[in-house]
Amino acid sequence: MATLARPERTEDRGPFRILSPEGQPSEEALAELELSEDQLRELYRLMALTRRMDLEATALQRQGELAVYPPLIGQEAAQVGSAYALESSDWVFPSYRELGAALVRGVDLVEYLHFYRGTWHGGTYDANAHRFGYVAAPVASQVLHAVGFALGARLDRLPLCVLVYFGDGATSEGDFHEGCNFAAVFGAPVVFFCQSNQWAISVPLERQTAVPIWRKAEAYGFPGVQVDGNDVLGVYAVTREAARRAREDRTPTLVEAVTYRLGPHSTADDATRYRSEQEVERWRARDPLDRYRRWLAEAGLADEAFFQGVEEEARAFAGRVRAGVVASPPQPVEELFRWVYADLPEHLRRQRDQAVRFAGEGDHGG
Amino acid sequence: MAEVTMVRALNEALRRSLAEDPRTLVLGEDVGRLGGVFRVTDGLQEEFGPERVFDTPLAESAIAGVSLGLALAGWRPVAEMQFDAFSYPALDQVISHLAKYRFRSRGHQPVPVVIRIPFAGGIGAAEHHSESPEAYYAHTAGLKVVVPSTPVDAYHLLRQSIADPDPVIFLEPKSRYWSKEEGDLDGQGLPIGRARVLRPGTDCTLVAYGAMVARALQAAEAAAARDLDLEVLDLRSLVPLDLETLAESVRRTGRAVVVHEAPLTAGFGAEVVARVVEDCFEYLEAPVLRVTGWDIPYPPATLERYHLPSVARILDAVERVTSW
Repeated sequence: MATLARPERTEDRGPFRILSPEGQPSEEALAELELSEDQLRELYRLMALTRRMDLEATALQRQGELAVYPPLIGQEAAQVGSAYALESSDWVFPSYRELGAALVRGVDLVEYLHFYRGTWHGGTYDANAHRFGYVAAPVASQVLHAVGFALGARLDRLPLCVLVYFGDGATSEGDFHEGCNFAAVFGAPVVFFCQSNQWAISVPLERQTAVPIWRKAEAYGFPGVQVDGNDVLGVYAVTREAARRAREDRTPTLVEAVTYRLGPHSTADDATRYRSEQEVERWRARDPLDRYRRWLAEAGLADEAFFQGVEEEARAFAGRVRAGVVASPPQPVEELFRWVYADLPEHLRRQRDQAVRFAGEGDHGG
Repeated sequence: MAEVTMVRALNEALRRSLAEDPRTLVLGEDVGRLGGVFRVTDGLQEEFGPERVFDTPLAESAIAGVSLGLALAGWRPVAEMQFDAFSYPALDQVISHLAKYRFRSRGHQPVPVVIRIPFAGGIGAAEHHSESPEAYYAHTAGLKVVVPSTPVDAYHLLRQSIADPDPVIFLEPKSRYWSKEEGDLDGQGLPIGRARVLRPGTDCTLVAYGAMVARALQAAEAAAARDLDLEVLDLRSLVPLDLETLAESVRRTGRAVVVHEAPLTAGFGAEVVARVVEDCFEYLEAPVLRVTGWDIPYPPATLERYHLPSVARILDAVERVTSW
């Protein structure tokens, strides 16, 4: 693992991985993982729950129960591997496609999906409970919040790090650059975790950047690592090391997890307009769950009964989340005025009274 | 009681906040060793150390976004934008996040950040150093927007802004930075959300904020020579706006003229006029007028005096409403 911090910075050796796309392990790297057999199986379970829940969320959108949903299918290893590598005392700032990371952190997914149901902008969970922030739609804007939080933790001498998720498109934004630079100058304990899923809606990676994303770290003065984002073990190993480096050395890391968004940008997107089915098929052949499952089975770590059990659990889990989402009514109108300021100012009190009166009298818009 | 300049009063407000609350931080461009380009943060880094008073890289969006993150981690950042127009790169963070975090998080993550911005003109500055962006901020729900007009009030408003549980845009009228006032920095001061009558009068209310309060007082003096008794209302707080004090004043005088440096169209004066019409319609003796900067980009230094509301232009408006 010590090798990760150094050579990738200046030489392009291809992405780090522990399991090859064919499921062949690097025995040396495996030995350094220090994961128990239970933990190795847990990684699969979390990916399987994520896959099932992600499909369920897409279905919920198709059935009109969610306003919109950005599928993460294909990115399960990138999200589960990275989130699983963190301590519960660490913080996570997501962008908007991190249902898998939310699941790993223990966020109630009904409360998480309320963002996409249009119940409330931040979902309805308390970010502080699982140290998992709120969905941030303005691309890369959350990078700065992560850096600020990490700087604040550093000032408090807290031994934690902050991991921020963003995509390849985000690396073109000013906030990404400002955040990386700021973190480097102040030694803020941040893991900049890029899920490079090859497409920013319809614009391919090569139209975002002329160099591999991980190499941008060199300009800020901290390590950059490229990892096979469909290898859950590789992602876990790289993130764990980056998190350690952030906490102990106060050195940020830029992780580029090379993965692929198998689905559309969101349920409102039609990906067939900009990319070929052949390309999607090539990546489907590198499915992160298939790869890991094959290895678990071949290594004798899990049998058919285990996979069957996970499948059943996932189905039941998705069913519970579905039931919770479908049963949730909209918030009362007065909630719109309750959270704008700590205390309700006079001009808003007047507006709230009007809004509540009209709603009470049966005016539901239109 | 000693006389203080507004710069000194603001400096003292920051110093006492830093001393009283160990969670208070001061950050921005050149706020450390230099003490800020206007010296508002002079001596603070020396006194409180480079962890609590620090220079940031030259990146305004980061100053706002990092301040938000610091607030999430339990700190109370007071960030400085070096000049009004240089706050624009941070607008995305301020509008999309700072203003919305309490709302988004249903109160789980309040973000008590103060953003100090030296604003408005009258100092003969280069382009981008004299703008009045208050309407952009006032139009954004979730922000409080305050504008002091005198040194002692600047002190109290800044202390209250730092103590406030919500994000506050604190606009410092540059042309009043070196104005002096005798006063008590140990007293309480008016809270945010309250306007104050600086000069009582009976014939017409001049509504102003920031540097235009002094201009309105000048105009009131000049009007007195013409037997016109003008009331001058200093808004102090644009959001929340003190609707009661505004209505009470205009109901008494029956007339109002709003004065600000920002351009006319969709300026904050339009909001004041609309409120006056809504709350005082049956008391009004005349239309409510606005005396403002023209609807032009901020002019070069040699021409700004033709742009900023003058005593003559204010008196002209007063003349029109009182002779209606």
